[in-house]
Amino acid sequence: MGFLHLFIVNKSGGLILHRSLGPRAPSIGTNDWLRIGSTFHSLHAIAAEASPVRLPKNKNPSGADDGIQQIEGSGVTLKCLQTRTGIKFVLTAEPGTTDIDTALREIYVLYADCALKDPFYELEMPIRCELFTSAVDNLIERLEQSKMSAVR
Amino acid sequence: MSRNASNNILDRPLGFRATPAGRSSDVSSVSLSAFAYVYSELVQYHQGRAASISELERRLESAGYGVGLKVLECVAYRGKEMKRETRLMSILHFVSSSVWKSLFGKSADSLERSIDNQDEFMIVDYEPITSTFVSVPQDLGQLSADAYVSGIIAGVLDGAGFSARVTAHNVQVEEGENSRPPTNATPGMPRRTEKAVFLVKFSPEVLERDATLER
Repeated sequence: MGFLHLFIVNKSGGLILHRSLGPRAPSIGTNDWLRIGSTFHSLHAIAAEASPVRLPKNKNPSGADDGIQQIEGSGVTLKCLQTRTGIKFVLTAEPGTTDIDTALREIYVLYADCALKDPFYELEMPIRCELFTSAVDNLIERLEQSKMSAVR
Repeated sequence: MSRNASNNILDRPLGFRATPAGRSSDVSSVSLSAFAYVYSELVQYHQGRAASISELERRLESAGYGVGLKVLECVAYRGKEMKRETRLMSILHFVSSSVWKSLFGKSADSLERSIDNQDEFMIVDYEPITSTFVSVPQDLGQLSADAYVSGIIAGVLDGAGFSARVTAHNVQVEEGENSRPPTNATPGMPRRTEKAVFLVKFSPEVLERDATLER
C-alpha cells in the first residue's frame, strides 16, 4: 500500500507536473508522461460523452465537468480530482491505499497557495516551484506516517 | 478620532489566515492571501519592465519606499508618547519593533550590528510575509522577493532623517537556529529554509551626527 505517482494536467490537456511519490513507483520518462497526461485528458472527456446519463450542463455536483473520477486495476488505483477551472490532479496508488481523496484535496490547496500566489509562476505552464514540490513531498510523508501509526 | 482603532481595515497588520471553519481566529489583521495576490501582481508588473535582477529589486524597493515614509508618520503619531526618535539605536529598535508590529503583527526576529563594519546593521526576519509563497526560479539566482520590505525600511529611516541604503538578502537558516514553530504558514507548508536579512548601511553623516550626540 502506498502512493505511486502524482500528475497534474491543465485545462487544455498539457501536463504541468509529474512526480513519483514512492520507491515502488515504476519509472516512466517525461515524454511518456506528456503522452499519458494528454491521453487521460481525452479519455476524461470521452467518458462523459459515453455515459448514458448526462448530467445537467455536464457538471458534477461539485461544479466541475463530469468525467473519470476513479480507475481500478488489480495492481493500481487511479483517482482524479477535476477542479471547476478544469485542472486535473491525478494520483495513482497501490490498491487499498486510503486517504487518496484527502491527499488530492490537500494538493489542490497547496497548488492554490504555492503555485498561484508565486509571482514567478505562469498559469497553464509547467510548475517549477520548489515550495510546491517540497510541500507535496511533506504531505505524502505525513499521510504515509499517519497510516503506519494507525496500523500499529 | 480614535488613535488605536483596529476596526478600520487600513489600520490592521497583515497576516490573517482563515481557519478551516471559514471563520477568522484573529479579526484584527488583514488577509495574507489577499496581500499575496496583490504582491504577486506587483512583482510581475515590475518583472516585465525590468531588464535585470538588480533593476527588479530596485523597482520593488522604490515601491516600498513611499510606504515607509507614510508608515513612519502613522506609527510615530499613534505611539504612546508621540515622539520622534533621534538616536541611531532607538530608530532601529523603532523599526524592528513598532513598525514591524504595525505592518506584520509581530516584531522582527533580531536586530544585529555588523562585526566588520560599524555603519552596518542587520534586521532578521525568519518568516517575511512577502516571500511566504514565493519560489525564486534558478535563472533569477540571488533575487530576494523581500526587496519591497527593504524599501519600506529605507523609507522609514529616510523620513526620520537617517539616510541609509537598505538591501534584502536571503540567507540559509542553520540547523536548529530557529526553534520557534512556524507562525502563519498554511498547515502543510514546509518550514522555511531561508531567512530574510535586511542590511542597513547608514550614510557617514548620520554616524557622525550620532557620535556628536553621544558626547
